[in-house]
Amino acid sequence: MTTAALQEDTPGKRAPLVLGHRDFNAVTETVAGIVEKKTTPSWLVLLGLAVSVLLILLGSLGKLAAEGLGIWGLNNTVFWAWDITGFVFWIGIGHAGTLISAILFLFRQKWRTSINRAAEAMTIFAVMSAAIYPVFHVGRVWFAYWLFPIPNQMSMWPNFKSPLLWDVFAISTYATVSILFWYVGLVPDLATLRDRAKTKVRSIVLGIFSLGWRGSHRNWLNYEKTYLILAGLSTPLVLSVHTIVSFDFAVSIMPGWHTTIFPPYFVAGAIFSGFAMVVSLMVLARKAYGLEGLITIKHLENMNKIILLTGTMVGYAYAIEYFIAWYGGNEYERFAFINRAFGPYKWAYWTMWSCNVFSPQLFWFKRIRTSIPAMFVISIFVNIGMWFERFVIIVTSLHRDYIPSSWTYFRPSLFDISTFLGSFGLFFTLFLLFLRFLPAVAISEVKGVMPQADPHAGHGDDHGHDAHDDHHEEASAKSDESEDEGDEGEEASEGDAEKDEEESRG
Amino acid sequence: MDKAHRHEELEEEAAKPFGLMGYFLTPGELMHACEKLKNAGYKDFDAQTPFPVHGLEKAMGLPPSKMPWIVLTCGTVGLLSAIALTAFVSFDYPLVISGKPSFSYQAYVPIMFELTVLFSAFGAFFGLWGVNRLPMFYHPSMKHPSFPRATDDAFFVTVEAKDPKYDASKTRKLLEELGAREIVEVTE
Repeated sequence: MTTAALQEDTPGKRAPLVLGHRDFNAVTETVAGIVEKKTTPSWLVLLGLAVSVLLILLGSLGKLAAEGLGIWGLNNTVFWAWDITGFVFWIGIGHAGTLISAILFLFRQKWRTSINRAAEAMTIFAVMSAAIYPVFHVGRVWFAYWLFPIPNQMSMWPNFKSPLLWDVFAISTYATVSILFWYVGLVPDLATLRDRAKTKVRSIVLGIFSLGWRGSHRNWLNYEKTYLILAGLSTPLVLSVHTIVSFDFAVSIMPGWHTTIFPPYFVAGAIFSGFAMVVSLMVLARKAYGLEGLITIKHLENMNKIILLTGTMVGYAYAIEYFIAWYGGNEYERFAFINRAFGPYKWAYWTMWSCNVFSPQLFWFKRIRTSIPAMFVISIFVNIGMWFERFVIIVTSLHRDYIPSSWTYFRPSLFDISTFLGSFGLFFTLFLLFLRFLPAVAISEVKGVMPQADPHAGHGDDHGHDAHDDHHEEASAKSDESEDEGDEGEEASEGDAEKDEEESRG
Repeated sequence: MDKAHRHEELEEEAAKPFGLMGYFLTPGELMHACEKLKNAGYKDFDAQTPFPVHGLEKAMGLPPSKMPWIVLTCGTVGLLSAIALTAFVSFDYPLVISGKPSFSYQAYVPIMFELTVLFSAFGAFFGLWGVNRLPMFYHPSMKHPSFPRATDDAFFVTVEAKDPKYDASKTRKLLEELGAREIVEVTE
């Protein structure tokens, strides 16, 4: 499209974040156009496919509730397998959304604006898919409310010393905060859609959900502060969630799980797998909806760099686990790790290594980093590899117990497989509905990072009316690529933004 | 007759001016206009923009947001609730695990953290709508014929009639000088 812009990839001279959109209205048209145009047959076909897979999930869960956990391939030795693997897999995928929406926001990474909306939606749907597992793997799902400290006739309380209960709190908090954060971001865009609505019903529905937002600067002031606070809350939250997920393993004394590196290692892995999922989805969505000008190669390349970084971190963690197993001198720990690499599950272990550590190394080459087919394939590999990572951690550590007589080999049953596949149905159903009915790109945020948005840049407008402000004037660039933006103005406010955040955290 | 009279009353009611509204096409012009309005001594004026224009609050002379205090309060309540919950449960149903004391607060740190974040987030979310007085499904500024552009690509400024300095003709003249387009007096 505009490779010239990408050639200017020198530090200090940044490639523009928005290509081919001359003015604010063009951004509105592009994003709102997706939601406003007629439903396409291809979308309907995809939705039908996703819903059929979702029905597989509902059927599997129905059978599980009716018959109990015996329908899965679990046995006495391997009491956790595909259920918790699926849970950690989905939670991990969710983390990239929060990273993009919160952490990159705190780091003032402006390129996040085009992808944060879809990534946050992905987070919420991934957490929903993840939540299925802990709820249903308790077996008698109608007692799932025991997980919460609700006064009951047995006068019993949950065990607050258990990481599994910390997990309940972490996941439910994470889901709630993600939804709130997402909705706060959506309100101004829903107001944009409301003001463009052609039908009465549409304008009433959007009017209700946009809460009568009118873009008043008094509101924006509080809005931006709240957004910053929510980002500041989400950042430690997202790190805590996967830390606590890793505590499910690390707090036990099981060889192979009993490792202090788990929290950072899990967080890096989560961000890694999440970004891979974002890349997989964005590559398809930008093509399908003509969003190439908003989600540029530059955005995808940045995400690939993060995949490369976190993939290498994960590789380091794999290696250091090994070293520590040897260095710690515990024979059970040593056995667990040797067994991982050379035991009956070695195929899974080496799949994990090649998908997670070796395949992202290709992103060192700019040509691969910026090639759509290559990044799509690698991102799929990473998703597969990250599923295997959790599988390896969970199943290989369990399947050979302390007593050789209780050694087993876990094989998934049909329902293990159908439940996991079905969870993709839930995820994609929700994601397709999101793409169809909600603005997939944060309209107001993207406008805010366009060069015209800087009040100190005296851009002319398309009515030939000159901006006569007392700041310096620049010639307006009416080409497809505007000049790079001066983000110095933002840097200055960073200091007090951080102060506020400290304040808000208490 | 009675009907006509009531109709007249309604007319009067409706004709009460809310303020003068006009718009600009660049954030720079809007900022400039807000600075000028502030310097001219106006207090009750507002800008309506499709995205937050940075630095506009300084140009308008707005006080800083109160949100951090709301969130701090809610977060503190969350932390105290978590401590109360875990302490109560430890003594109400003691679980002796590897001889550790009932109230092992170290093990409750994750709970305390999560509830602090949860309460803070609720505080931020509901506080935001409370402070902004939303949902507000009707606002006089929505009557401006070009209002839909406020959420698209136009930068509105509204000088409200309740401002002591407000004067329909003088204010209009000032806005015209600043280069505002489509200056309309919107009614309540």
